Amino acid sequence: VLELVVVSTLNGVLFGMLLFLMASGLTLIFSMMGVLNFAHASFYMLGAFFGFQVSQRFGFWPALIIAPILVGVVGALVERYGLRNVHRHGHVAELLFTFGLAFVIEEVVQMIWGKAPVDYRVPPALDFSAFTIFSTNYPAYKMFMLLFAIGIFVVLLLVLTRTRVGLIIQAALTHPNMVGMLGHNVPRVFMLVFGVGSALAGVAGVIAGPALVTQANMAALLGPILFVVVVVGGLGSLSGAFVASLLIGLVQTFAVAVNVSFADLLTALNIPVPTTFFTDIWRVTVAQVAPIIPYLLLVLILIFRPTGLLGTRDT
Amino acid sequence: VSELVPAATLAPARAKRRGTAGRYGLWIATAALFIALPHIFTSGTALTTMSLMGIAIIFALSYNMLLGQTGMLSFGHAVYYGLGGFLPLPLIPIVGGFAGLLFGVIFGSVSTRRAGTAFAMISLGLGELVASSALILRNFFGGEEGITTNRTKLFRIFDFSFGPQYHVYYLIAAWCLICMIAMYALTRTPLGRMCNAVRENPERVHFIGYNPQVIRFFAFCLAGFFAGIAGGLAAINFEIVNSAYVGAGQSGLVLLAAFIGGVGFFIGPILGAILVTYLQVMLSDVTDVWQLYFGLLFVGMVMFAPFGIAGLLMMHEPLWRARTLPRVVPAYAMALVTGLATLTGVLLAIEMTVHLTVKASDGPMMSFLRIKFSAHSVLPWIIAVLLIGVGGWLSRRVWPLAAAAFHEAMARARERRQPA
Repeated sequence: VLELVVVSTLNGVLFGMLLFLMASGLTLIFSMMGVLNFAHASFYMLGAFFGFQVSQRFGFWPALIIAPILVGVVGALVERYGLRNVHRHGHVAELLFTFGLAFVIEEVVQMIWGKAPVDYRVPPALDFSAFTIFSTNYPAYKMFMLLFAIGIFVVLLLVLTRTRVGLIIQAALTHPNMVGMLGHNVPRVFMLVFGVGSALAGVAGVIAGPALVTQANMAALLGPILFVVVVVGGLGSLSGAFVASLLIGLVQTFAVAVNVSFADLLTALNIPVPTTFFTDIWRVTVAQVAPIIPYLLLVLILIFRPTGLLGTRDT
Repeated sequence: VSELVPAATLAPARAKRRGTAGRYGLWIATAALFIALPHIFTSGTALTTMSLMGIAIIFALSYNMLLGQTGMLSFGHAVYYGLGGFLPLPLIPIVGGFAGLLFGVIFGSVSTRRAGTAFAMISLGLGELVASSALILRNFFGGEEGITTNRTKLFRIFDFSFGPQYHVYYLIAAWCLICMIAMYALTRTPLGRMCNAVRENPERVHFIGYNPQVIRFFAFCLAGFFAGIAGGLAAINFEIVNSAYVGAGQSGLVLLAAFIGGVGFFIGPILGAILVTYLQVMLSDVTDVWQLYFGLLFVGMVMFAPFGIAGLLMMHEPLWRARTLPRVVPAYAMALVTGLATLTGVLLAIEMTVHLTVKASDGPMMSFLRIKFSAHSVLPWIIAVLLIGVGGWLSRRVWPLAAAAFHEAMARARERRQPA
């Protein structure tokens, strides 16, 4: 059991950090522009596919730099030529625009790389087991992912709190008009944030691609979870996104590892298992329910604590 | 959401005195059209397509009760559609309707407490919740294979056995007409008007003594009811229901259909449902990437025509009335030609790319607009680039002219209406 706890904790923190790489960009974009970017997970997917393509030609390490930059450029272009034009039609139109964009990106990826998973592999330099905990070999690549994600988190934090650009961004979050009055080009700051946010999602894609499966439905699988993270953490709150990412990451990995159902519990307590119409409910194990736990959390949070865990503004 | 509805529709409805013929004529004509359609388009494909369109119309209209009428953006409307089809008695559409209503009441009581983005997020969460549960609760939902039904065991009226497709078509057409009339009538009731008021300004609704939450809840339940009817009809039509019915794809599709048609007008979702179904059936034969075109069409509509097809048509209604429409024809024709040229270039480029990537094993020979050529040769690529470049450049020049022509004609129309 201890082995399970340790490994699951490691995996959970890892998944949580990956989520945070994406959620940080998403929540920054939201707090600046008021747009919930439906296409954010699509940028993650683009990161994975660009990473695959670049690493085919130049190897993994250049891909780790080039692919996120490419994704960031795509994101900035989307903001400049798409989102900015839609802005005058209001927030619903912006939401619908990103919704359509996610659709288009998925189709384009399918068109270029096909529906089947591509063969995006862990680089040979990291393809060994880092250490062994109670007979479980923990792959070095996962440790690399974890450290890399934490590194980016630290850099992001330093940039936001210690540099001039970070201060302007923070100011533009709350007082965009005043920042504009002071002579800063607010639309350009928006474009920058959108580009950097997309690039962060791209980074997550590049490093998650080899560990998970790189295929055209990866955005659709992860997108809703990402929304859960930013809403549960509190829209616009970076620290909230961090807490929620770790929470969701841990809950997901632990739930998958627990293979117990209500029926098992009742049998253990010597209570007969009901055999009524909904027999399924008693037989479903916690592991099977794992995919719906985040959504349950989302609905509960939105009903009982609409500002999210650490958020200050009402959705 | 008031941005989505053009200001023209916000004006108080003119109380027109019309005779019985005027009031019911449109519906009688629609009924006659529904009866006549299978005799005009007799092929099997056409019949199936029209059945699908009928279902899509009900579904899209029910969705518009939320988005267009009450201003609630839902990303999980397929839940009520799918559960309407899933009920143990999926054979009578009204039962599906009550299933949709039941779940509308349950989920609506939770989600309609909030409006705006929060409502959209809750609907997304609930949609994912139900879609995932459909895969988990295998006994009830039948897992991935779904549940099959047999429509010939349907409750029989007269000599209808519901075996042949045209029996099903008439069943769907009848329900479609009933639902259309019912939903149109609903927009005319005080509740329908209050829904519009909630969309425009919930605060003021509160001030005059209504509870916007309650109004949203009613709209939500009714939308669930009609979505359930559509789902029940779909279960009869396909004789199978599976978890894809409640999924995000279905929810997205109905949003696309309603929006492309135009959510600000009652007729909008009808147009959208017909167009989207038609494209779904026809495009999937012609090209492999029809969903891409779909997405591009949607993004294009959001960017350039946020009021949808119906909005574009209605924009020209004053011109039609004042007979100044011919004035815009030359400018529009130019815009159309340049636009079509650009579009052809884009389509050509996309199709050639598809041919070289996804269908690489089929060899380089392909046909576009019935012209056969090799996707490896340089000429078609040059043509595509030229079409996009020149067409796009000309479009940028010509389209402002078209807009100017529209405004000019509009000014004329105003002058004629109010002679100085």
